[in-house]
Amino acid sequence: MASHANALGAPIERREGRAKVTGEALYATEYTPPGCLYAWPVTATVARGRIASLDIADALALPDVVDVLTPESAPRLGTSDDATLAVLQDAKVPHHGWPVAVAIADTIEAARAAAEAVRVTYATEPHESVLGDNTADAYRPEEANGGHPAERRRGEPEEAFAAAPVRVDVRYRVPPLHNHPMEPHGATVNWHDGRLTVYDSSQGSDTVRSVLADLFGLPEEQVTVISEHVGGGFGSKGTPRPHVVLAAMASLHTGRPVKLALSRRQLTELVGHRAPTEHRLRLGSDADGTLASVIHEVTTHTSRVKEFVEQAAVPARVMYASGSSLTDHKVAALDVPTPSWMRAPGEAPGMYALESAVDELACALGLDPIELRARNEPGREPDSGLPFSSRHLVECLREGARRFGWADRDPRPGIRREGAWLTGTGVASATYPVLVSPSRATVTAHPDGLHVVRVNATDIGTGARTVLAQVAADALGVGVESVRTEIGSTGLPQAPLAGGSSGTASWGWAVHDASRALAGQLQCHTGPLPPDGLTASADTKGSADQKSAYARHAFGAHFAQVAVDTGTGEVRVRRLLGVYAVGRVLNARTATSQFIGGMVMGLGMALTERGSVDPASGAFIGSDLAGYHVPAHADVPAIEAHWIEERDDHLNPMGSKGIGEIGIVGTAAAIGNAVHHATGVRFRELPLTPDRVHGGL
Amino acid sequence: MKPVSYLRAGSVEEAASAHGGRTEARYLGGGTNLVDLMKLGVERPEVLVDITRLPLDDVREQPDGSVRVGATVRNSDLAAHPLIRERYPVVSQAVLSGASGQLRNMATTGGNLLQRTRCAYFQDLAKACNKRVPGSGCAAIEGVNHDHAVLGHSPHCVATNPSDLCVALAAVDAVVELAGPGGGRTVPATEFHRLPGDQPELDTVIRPGELITAVLLPALPHGAVSHYRKVRERASYAFALASVAAVLQLEDGEIRHAGVAFGGLAHRPWRARRTEAALLGTRPSPESVARAVEAELAEAVPLRDNAYKVTLARDLATQVLGSLSTTA
Amino acid sequence: MESNKGPHGDPGTTIRYAPWPRPADSPPGATGSPVTLSVNDAPVEVEVDHRTTLLDLLRERLALTGSKKGCDHGQCGACTVLVDGRRVNSCLLLAVAVDGCAVVTVEGLARTEDADGDLHPIQRAFLERDAFQCGYCTPGQLCSAVGMLAEARSGQPSVVTDPDLAADGPVPLTDEEIRERMSGNLCRCGAYPHIVEAVQDVVS
Repeated sequence: MASHANALGAPIERREGRAKVTGEALYATEYTPPGCLYAWPVTATVARGRIASLDIADALALPDVVDVLTPESAPRLGTSDDATLAVLQDAKVPHHGWPVAVAIADTIEAARAAAEAVRVTYATEPHESVLGDNTADAYRPEEANGGHPAERRRGEPEEAFAAAPVRVDVRYRVPPLHNHPMEPHGATVNWHDGRLTVYDSSQGSDTVRSVLADLFGLPEEQVTVISEHVGGGFGSKGTPRPHVVLAAMASLHTGRPVKLALSRRQLTELVGHRAPTEHRLRLGSDADGTLASVIHEVTTHTSRVKEFVEQAAVPARVMYASGSSLTDHKVAALDVPTPSWMRAPGEAPGMYALESAVDELACALGLDPIELRARNEPGREPDSGLPFSSRHLVECLREGARRFGWADRDPRPGIRREGAWLTGTGVASATYPVLVSPSRATVTAHPDGLHVVRVNATDIGTGARTVLAQVAADALGVGVESVRTEIGSTGLPQAPLAGGSSGTASWGWAVHDASRALAGQLQCHTGPLPPDGLTASADTKGSADQKSAYARHAFGAHFAQVAVDTGTGEVRVRRLLGVYAVGRVLNARTATSQFIGGMVMGLGMALTERGSVDPASGAFIGSDLAGYHVPAHADVPAIEAHWIEERDDHLNPMGSKGIGEIGIVGTAAAIGNAVHHATGVRFRELPLTPDRVHGGL
Repeated sequence: MKPVSYLRAGSVEEAASAHGGRTEARYLGGGTNLVDLMKLGVERPEVLVDITRLPLDDVREQPDGSVRVGATVRNSDLAAHPLIRERYPVVSQAVLSGASGQLRNMATTGGNLLQRTRCAYFQDLAKACNKRVPGSGCAAIEGVNHDHAVLGHSPHCVATNPSDLCVALAAVDAVVELAGPGGGRTVPATEFHRLPGDQPELDTVIRPGELITAVLLPALPHGAVSHYRKVRERASYAFALASVAAVLQLEDGEIRHAGVAFGGLAHRPWRARRTEAALLGTRPSPESVARAVEAELAEAVPLRDNAYKVTLARDLATQVLGSLSTTA
Repeated sequence: MESNKGPHGDPGTTIRYAPWPRPADSPPGATGSPVTLSVNDAPVEVEVDHRTTLLDLLRERLALTGSKKGCDHGQCGACTVLVDGRRVNSCLLLAVAVDGCAVVTVEGLARTEDADGDLHPIQRAFLERDAFQCGYCTPGQLCSAVGMLAEARSGQPSVVTDPDLAADGPVPLTDEEIRERMSGNLCRCGAYPHIVEAVQDVVS
């Protein structure tokens, strides 16, 4: 049996892969119950005000149209903590894109036509939708996303900065960014016999169930939410979004199954976005690079519906030793769609700014940027004073430098020319916190040798089925091929969302515990197994949520090589390499894909992605996939992802840290630092599009 | 999208008669732009006349040495055709710089000439747009106009023409062949697209019910070289921030023929006549090429967000012309 | 110059849709028509609303949900299918306009001539290279790759093809060629590097 114990870490092919390459995998709007209707939202075209009139007569007159739900006719909802879900409850319009009606029809074509035929007028109020003009109104929130205190101060950072012999005082800007998972947010909802069956594109269906139960006044047992395959989320499907509420309303209202998928333009204003951030970084050091002061101040926006504060100054509390520090957040509540999680909220924009500033300090010092980072490696977490459970940042930097050929780098900027192109290289650190939540799971051993793992995990592309089978096989000491994983339904043991790079740790912990319990039962069991098999269950409440005595974070290093066309300002990434210290890697194949995927999104953040707010209407203008440029094949070079062996006994039974987000963290800074190395020009506003770069050269 | 009738035309005559010049009728080619705009509610036809199966789908050399491209030749077939690759590299490169492999397999030559602006305000029914609703205003002038025009715009419209192919067609002096209720006619490609003026709802000079049947490519001067180069916000599958199509012929080191056009800068492909005039008869040097390009862009009037386009187009054209003049 | 080798064959230099110049059968003013097409080699006869796209016909009427709706506007490539052997965005093709055509979707790839009835080589390569995560762009990537391979074989250039390459031979598929030619298929999970590897596996 012991020969099976190395299932963990093996590069096993993802189990749902065959279903995905043959088209058999079903996503939320690919279920079509008999009699299914189609719903199409009508969304507000003003930034602030009230619906003055809403005329649905033309829409109802169209063929195949069943009804149009409005704030007057829509079902009343129960209360929810999430104000973004209180749709069609009153005439108020809190931002552009807010739902004001939902057309319901027999066909998708008729639903769209009906939505287009709804006539709405608004009583508008003055609005402000662009961050920058309103920074004076920004306030310090009680806390930022993740429960982090908005402000942390250690020592006397301003004084230390003023007294430092070498200083960097710089500002960076990151625009609004859109998650844009390839599968638009959609749901198929069926009310039948007092029960609600929901197929939702969600990162966590248990929360969808509890929220829908609250909103529609149902016991949770009468609600089933299924998210078998999810076409990406990147945070935007982390909690229920308005589409599923609208679909449920339409189904309740008509008594028939209803399918609703948001259009690309609708979803950018309804499912969250990464809020724009403005950063001021002040780094003061001694002549040898020892940091005396780290000051990271962030200004961002939120909506008037709900406060969400991108915690972009938080990584500066983790990264480097310094004599003193200030990390602070301010937020302006504007007439904008509500921001939310997007892959590595806080860390992604925050580490772009911090790691760019560190590079600037290295240049000011004439010191290698890896050496500068190594000199400020802290013994304990700077902000909390806690010991790290494990921290191998410097090892990642050194290993990356070795693989990348960093030693041969000439630090002088702007001197490597190939015709019209200038080339350069850059480095940046990465970090992401270790998060974990309680989960339940069961594992059953069947008489035929099959082991079945049940847990309401969600596979948003991580390969959860596969890695959880590996966890179970390892804990049971059986071959991984004897383990089947059932996930993706609230009919399974309750589990937290796939988000915060915490899914595998949270579900895996429960799967591990149940498997070990089962292994114990099997040891004591004599004779053949009962027909239904033997089942063990686990609930990690009380263990997974225990406060750790350690500061627990993943670390990494990103290296980039770029070429910049000096005639046109085009930037091409020629090489990207990441090295990570993430505890134990549980599946080498799917982990590699997640790391690479994170780096690709970081490349987009660096070079191509820019959300734009139309000041006059408060709309995200040009936010579809033609106007908002996620990276295409041609933007992305071969990418290397490596990791160092890291053993950490303070995490979870598998010894793993989350890997879904760290790939995006610091990648934009590495690319920006490489652009500086190539051109000698420091660009401090993302993305580095030809207009900016050409203009700056 | 409202309910729509559909007729598949078997001949040009049948197509023209089915269309009849009615405002509610549209010819359906590859559909890559029309169906897109129908979904957005920007186009609301009641009659679709499908012309994709008309016998207009070949590329043929004419007795006078010109090449006739049928209107329903798909973009990918046009770009791959040996006559086009060998004689008009600028045309092939322009087509291949646009859209994606899939879209080029669908989009037709005639449809490419008639595609509408990608201005986000034009595409959004809730925004003021004189092109979509004459007299309603232009939200882009004071809006996010990073992608908009710097040449030839008017107080009524600052949209740009999105086509890559049309920039090349302007540079090679192509001619558009039209069939219509009043018979056939031809229009030079440089005059086919309009400037917005006070009628931005009219992209082109096409008359109601007229159908593009072909594009004629005149023979380029012997020994001419040509190239198309486009700058965009990602490496592929994006519209141009700025682009340049250029044809040069040199004899004994002197420029004898120049055809230069800009894309992404104006409501129509922008033929750079001033640049051409300044180049003709000169022995090109980096300085003379730069001066010739600046002569054209001197009249640019950038908007709040797009001043970069002027210098970007200048450097791009200088790069392309400089490189062509050393290979010619 | 002319060739029309059927639904899955080499598309040649000039490709025509099946000759089918006939008016639709529906009476003037009708907003729907009967269409006949072949989908994955199976005949389909269905009455369609003229507004119905091929994508919605496949997904909502024919239960072929392998073709994905990522943007519905030709901006992402998730809906890519093969029509008469050529890759197209099915979200922008009206179903009535493909009357008489042969459509191959991801569900039919395994039964095309390069495949062994179980999986098409490109499907197998995607599995081996882990060339996807969420899987939502995958069917479009696969159909696009199949169409793209035929295009390169038939000598169709891309914008990164050497202009001096002879027009009558196949285009060698470097990584750069694959990236450019596959750029009409967006992948937000960022599987691009593995997709390029998978396509190269099939090329060689």
